[in-house]
Amino acid sequence: MTTMMAILIGCLYAAAIYMMLRRSMVKLLIGLILLSNAANLLIFTVAGLERGVPPLIAKGAETVVGGSADPLAQALILTAIVIGFGVLAFAVVLLHRAYEVIRTDDMNEMKGTD
Amino acid sequence: MDMSVLIALPVIIPLIIGALSLVALNNHGVQRILGVLGTAAVLVAAIVLLWQTWLNGIKVLEVGSWPAPFGIVLVSDLLGAIMVLLAAITGFATAVYSLKTVRKRFERFGYYPLLHLLLAGVNGAFLTGDIFNLYVWFEVLLVASFALLIQGGERAQMEGAIKYVTLNLLSSALFLTAIGLLYGLVGSLNMADIAVRLQQVEDPKMVTLVAMLFLIAFSIKAAAFPLFFWLPASYHTPQVAVSAVFAGLLTKVGVYALYRVFTLMFTGEVDFTHQILLWMAVFTMLTGVLGAASQYEVRRILSFHIISQIGYMMLGLALFTPLALIGGVFYIMHHIIVKANLFFVAGMMYRLGGSFELKQLGGLYKKHPGLALLFMIPAFSLAGVPPLSGFFAKFILIKAGVEAQAWWAVAIALFVGLFTLFSMIKIWNEAFWKKAPEPAIEVPAPYRNTALYWTTGLLAAMTVAIGIFAQPIYVLAETAAQQLLEPQRYIEAVLGGAK
Repeated sequence: MTTMMAILIGCLYAAAIYMMLRRSMVKLLIGLILLSNAANLLIFTVAGLERGVPPLIAKGAETVVGGSADPLAQALILTAIVIGFGVLAFAVVLLHRAYEVIRTDDMNEMKGTD
Repeated sequence: MDMSVLIALPVIIPLIIGALSLVALNNHGVQRILGVLGTAAVLVAAIVLLWQTWLNGIKVLEVGSWPAPFGIVLVSDLLGAIMVLLAAITGFATAVYSLKTVRKRFERFGYYPLLHLLLAGVNGAFLTGDIFNLYVWFEVLLVASFALLIQGGERAQMEGAIKYVTLNLLSSALFLTAIGLLYGLVGSLNMADIAVRLQQVEDPKMVTLVAMLFLIAFSIKAAAFPLFFWLPASYHTPQVAVSAVFAGLLTKVGVYALYRVFTLMFTGEVDFTHQILLWMAVFTMLTGVLGAASQYEVRRILSFHIISQIGYMMLGLALFTPLALIGGVFYIMHHIIVKANLFFVAGMMYRLGGSFELKQLGGLYKKHPGLALLFMIPAFSLAGVPPLSGFFAKFILIKAGVEAQAWWAVAIALFVGLFTLFSMIKIWNEAFWKKAPEPAIEVPAPYRNTALYWTTGLLAAMTVAIGIFAQPIYVLAETAAQQLLEPQRYIEAVLGGAK
């Protein structure tokens, strides 16, 4: 399962970078979305993929017994999703406003400040 | 009350002030007063924090009393406290400068709340001892900077902002990836704890791989070669007060993060990692200064010089000797003040001369000799002319380079210093010395610029003071560098409380 996830995450990163290299603003945005999801999935996988084992400490025990998934990593992902959502929402508005001002979707036309 | 609560103040004050000025969004007077008073309060807190850290060593605050390494810690070592003080100085100067330069329309659209949020994010990044928390603070300051960057909504701002936003989000994603891999490797987020556990990792190649990911992520934020292209595309587009605070602080957060992780955590394969840093530093210096030489817009020249200066700071880290780190810390102290000040002066040149384009400017020396003096001090300091602060910063770094026998780096650093002087003399010749071109640009009737002169004058005085009192500043930088070179102290301060 971890191998499958690794391949999936690799494909997501590759697709994200590819999309970000395109000239269209919308594809750039899709690239950014893929990228943040890829990073989240990576953390999810790194923390261990375990099914049906909640990280609860049994009565009387000191630590979690057996291989449960790491809850901290999932808390990190939650935070990262929220942050990612916020900045992507900003990016959507920015690109929309940019389109209204520049009247083009083509990144090659945006060289005025280089 | 425990004095360690003090560590949280530079983060909490701007957040509260930001929230208050959001409430007073339609009352410009209240917003401005809150801006100046709030940043002044942070300045006081930062001075006390640095003083306490200097007297009592590294201070740690366990947020919510969760013991390290489980909870988030705020750590104030000397480097962090110095950075907070520099951020507070820049923030205060920006707030005063904004009084007369920021348009009412931008104030209504939340200029002040965003500025406070930005400063809170910057201070949080300097003080946190938790790597994921560092990511969160990065995002806080990024979101604030995005919004500040596009205030005005002109075409150039949009074009610049798209590049700025894209590359910074890419950097954040890489940073997050690196955190994920690191967490998989050591199972901790507390930086001190990570430093301990990394020594026990069996596969040093994996550690170096993660280190490289951090290097790329932070180098984008620091605008280091070859990842700097977003900076000259965007930094000259917003209003001048925003440019100044960006120029002074934002790239330096990236530099700070590099200093933090490559002295505390990733010191296992110094031969490899710091060699890469060295080459990046050299090329950053060189490309920045050559880029500046081809520009004729004041803010763009200054933007390219940020890049070349970042190279010097990275050089200090890359050489990784005690003297080099002292030089690096000294350089950061000198640079933040000088760079913000140069942008402030550029704003005044625009106000009094009517343009940012060197070809349209002229005769400013004759009309405004005071401004000419205020330009000369930071400009010559940037180029490294004695006895100003830049001379000592460059001198320490180059001496460290000679001792480390990094001849190429030394040669490039000297060459870049010369070219910086060339750039500054170019601005001087074109804007101040040559006759005003005909026909002259219409300059709106001058109104009171006292606040602007005070801001730039105060920062210029600091530049001179850092030069004159170089010895005590050197001792401060030396102690900060010692703490960086002996991460054991940082680790004990953070984890010692738990045991």
